[in-house]
Amino acid sequence: MTSNNTKFAGPGPDQVYLDHLRQQNFSLPKCQACGEFHFFPRVVCPHCGSYDLKWQALSGKAEVYSTTTIRRKPERGGNYNVSLITLEEGPRLMSRVEGIDSELVKIGAKVCASINNDGDEPFVVFTPAQEV
Amino acid sequence: MSHELRGSSAIVGVGLAGCGEAPGRMPLDILAEATHNALDDAGLKLSDVDGLFTGSSYHFMPTLSTAEYLGIKPRFSDGSMVGGSSFVAHTLNAAMAIKNGLCEVALICYGSNQRTAGGKLATMSEQQIYEAPYKPRYPISSYALAAARHMHQYGTTREQMADVAVAARKWAQLNPAAFARDDLTRQDVLNARMVSDPLSLLDCCLVTDGGGAVIMVSSERAKDFPNKPVYMLGSGTAHWHRQITQMPDLATTAAVDSGKRAFEMAGLTKNDVDVVELYDAFTINTILFLEDLGFCAKGEGGAFVANGNIAPGGILPVNTNGGGLSCVHPGMYGIFILIEAIQQLRGGCGARQVENPEVALVHGNGGVLSSQVTTILGTEAVL
Repeated sequence: MTSNNTKFAGPGPDQVYLDHLRQQNFSLPKCQACGEFHFFPRVVCPHCGSYDLKWQALSGKAEVYSTTTIRRKPERGGNYNVSLITLEEGPRLMSRVEGIDSELVKIGAKVCASINNDGDEPFVVFTPAQEV
Repeated sequence: MSHELRGSSAIVGVGLAGCGEAPGRMPLDILAEATHNALDDAGLKLSDVDGLFTGSSYHFMPTLSTAEYLGIKPRFSDGSMVGGSSFVAHTLNAAMAIKNGLCEVALICYGSNQRTAGGKLATMSEQQIYEAPYKPRYPISSYALAAARHMHQYGTTREQMADVAVAARKWAQLNPAAFARDDLTRQDVLNARMVSDPLSLLDCCLVTDGGGAVIMVSSERAKDFPNKPVYMLGSGTAHWHRQITQMPDLATTAAVDSGKRAFEMAGLTKNDVDVVELYDAFTINTILFLEDLGFCAKGEGGAFVANGNIAPGGILPVNTNGGGLSCVHPGMYGIFILIEAIQQLRGGCGARQVENPEVALVHGNGGVLSSQVTTILGTEAVL
């Protein structure tokens, strides 16, 4: 039997997330019951179990939670950064910090989200936040 | 009243095969040889096995492929896949199956040709689509991120992590079957090629071939076998995440829960433990698990492992075979920590034998610090 529940109508959360990025919009589902955002996008809130979710744009403000430099020979493209980033809104995701030597990326550093469109599909990267 | 599974089953046979390099062999060839050795050790035949517990990075339906290869028709099978911790988890499931009469002779087994088949980590794991664009190295980058976070939160140092590798090597030097037995210093680890900061090549486990097998029966039958039985006193599992981004706190693992559950079932505390066998895929693992299992306070694992404290002659014998870092690590390592704990409790481990151990703690890890499984084993003296 097919569900008639409109909550589950339309494309799934992976598709919606990517569609937003293609429109240069970084959004995540926010739970209407507990108020928490989550990442990666799901049809159910992993914090409270509610299915009442609504997509909302993020501020892009974030902080480095942890970071590593992956060593690679220069002829294969050189070293690169992989970081875990905690968004101002709460969720944590894997990304990289650009515009700075990977080894200078510090845990706790403030960073800003941007959308990288160089690949087949857009993805979110971060750059050091400008000092105000 | 103690838990009904406490001491209800016992291990009566263990076998290893192909540890190090086993060129020209397929994973099931190695598994079958280890099984032969375990059955031989127990004085049993393949036809006696009616319960099968196995996991694989090569066979999508591992219990089916393994039973077919061995020519057995198990009454009960379990292929629960929680990565390298699977085989430790199988001790709990086997104990339940035996206690409930679903099988009488349980075979827990594993085999891998990871080294001679090319050295790459064999995996049937699905790609993590939200991690893929950033090209993390799997699984080391996840462990590196945890290590970096532990260093940040608690001041843990690369030197302290290096001491984990040095302690493992010192144990390996007492184990003729260990793969890496050359001298190793803290400086060697610090100077080794960096792979994913802060982890260097020597913070990482070996890549070897190898297989292992364990035979479990009910405690009522256990004394009818040639070897001193080793009893399953307690076991607990826990998992809080799959991908590293979803781990709530990268400096605390679900071993906090698996350990508590295992100790509760066993009716024991960390003070009762004589020997500890932990899944040391990377040096940070040993530090995390000693903290999370309660052997030291959170954040003090670095100091706890430093300066030979977990090496031979130290305050706590940890990873007495040389660990995944120096003894053997064929893709998934869980079966080998189980076997080392059993051998220590039986006695007869030669130069690396811990003095009269009665309780051993085995702790398995799977995924990227994702699955945590603790099993506590003991001799008849602690039944």
